[in-house]
Amino acid sequence: MHSAHPGLPEFDYVKPASLAEASAFLKAHVGEARPFMGGTDTFVRMRDGFWKEKYLVDVKHLEGMQDITYDPAAGLVIGAAVNMNRVVASPLVKEHYPLLAEAAHSVASYQLRTRATIVGNICNASPAGDTTGACIAFDARLKVHGVDGFRFEPLQTFFKGPGKTVLQPGDIVVSIHFPPAPRGAQGKYIKLGRNAIGDLSIVGITVLGYPDASSSSGYRFKIALASVAPTPFVPAPAEALLAEKTITPALLEEAAQAAMDACKPIDDVRSSAVYRKAMVRNLTHKALVDVWGRLSAAAR
Amino acid sequence: MSLHRINLKINGVAEQVDVASNTTLLQMLRDRLALTGTKNGCAAGECGACTVMLNGEPINSCMILAVECEGADLVTIEGLAKDGQLDVVQQAIIDQGGVQCGFCTPGILISARALLNRNPDPTDYEIRDALVGNLCRCTGYVPIIAAVKQAAQMQKQAAQ
Repeated sequence: MHSAHPGLPEFDYVKPASLAEASAFLKAHVGEARPFMGGTDTFVRMRDGFWKEKYLVDVKHLEGMQDITYDPAAGLVIGAAVNMNRVVASPLVKEHYPLLAEAAHSVASYQLRTRATIVGNICNASPAGDTTGACIAFDARLKVHGVDGFRFEPLQTFFKGPGKTVLQPGDIVVSIHFPPAPRGAQGKYIKLGRNAIGDLSIVGITVLGYPDASSSSGYRFKIALASVAPTPFVPAPAEALLAEKTITPALLEEAAQAAMDACKPIDDVRSSAVYRKAMVRNLTHKALVDVWGRLSAAAR
Repeated sequence: MSLHRINLKINGVAEQVDVASNTTLLQMLRDRLALTGTKNGCAAGECGACTVMLNGEPINSCMILAVECEGADLVTIEGLAKDGQLDVVQQAIIDQGGVQCGFCTPGILISARALLNRNPDPTDYEIRDALVGNLCRCTGYVPIIAAVKQAAQMQKQAAQ
């Protein structure tokens, strides 16, 4: 049929009845089948001709995919198909992991967030993913169903490159699991786009800080940077400085400089590498000052 | 490519449609059901011209397959007016001159209606935040934002 709409290429929509069936189907059609959530990346890539899957496997209806649960001892579980608007609006997320709600709110637009998911954002493995940093900062793990059953994948080792992860044929991420948030944690996500809201990030800065008696400074800071490396990037030297030395305004500047020095951004359509590096320093500093301000106020 | 028979409610009317796997909700609305008020803009989830309300939530209809809408309750721009009476968001955008070429307007009005459903008294920032996924290349947005504010007032008065 003629249509002005640049339609999707031909594929078969597959809706398996169970995770076992879904994993078996994906394993049997390596290179031809792909699981999808909201499709906000999948459809765009298929329309643009980058992906030519013969089968799209819908898994959003499968067990546990749509649930958000919280337990003070076990932490937060977000089903892979829970959309970002639900994450932003969830009282559980707002109370215990406000940094995650803040990051999810920064993604695209309300109507796109009706489709977009945290797990989809992670599995897409874009270095620009807005929610990935918060998930890394909270030490989240992915629960994966593969042909051999369930396993957990930590995020620290999940990303292998732009669009590349450790997931194998047959793997389906079922949910993301957050341990209980560190006591007294304060977080900040700063997204720099070409406009104030809704854009992809030129850089994205996630900072989470909390009191930690086991570090020399008495505090632990988790930092994750978006759009500055082939994968979501943790500037370990900056984190180490903030754990080892007494925290002062000068140290916050030093840590921001260390974050800048550690990252390796590229030139692309959204920004030059030079600008990205400068913004990593300035905005990491801004986020650290903000988080430290709240941490030190709470300590007084 | 397989065909799927889906049943859904569109603007209060039960519909049964046979759709191919790769038919988007937008294509089904426009090409199969002649509901051409919903517009195709970028086909990438950025411009919001295709925004419709699915089970009460606004969504880019270019970003969802028709087959995924089995059992859904859908409202398009054609379903916003009730019994010949414009929705307050429609009346307000007329009053404020928030329409020039009109291509973005159906999507804007669906986003605005959805905003007022979840937040009847939005601030300026909340209005901008809710409409960030609806691009308008004519108006500069100022009359559109004024229209949503006016609609919120009208809705409040009507409720009293």
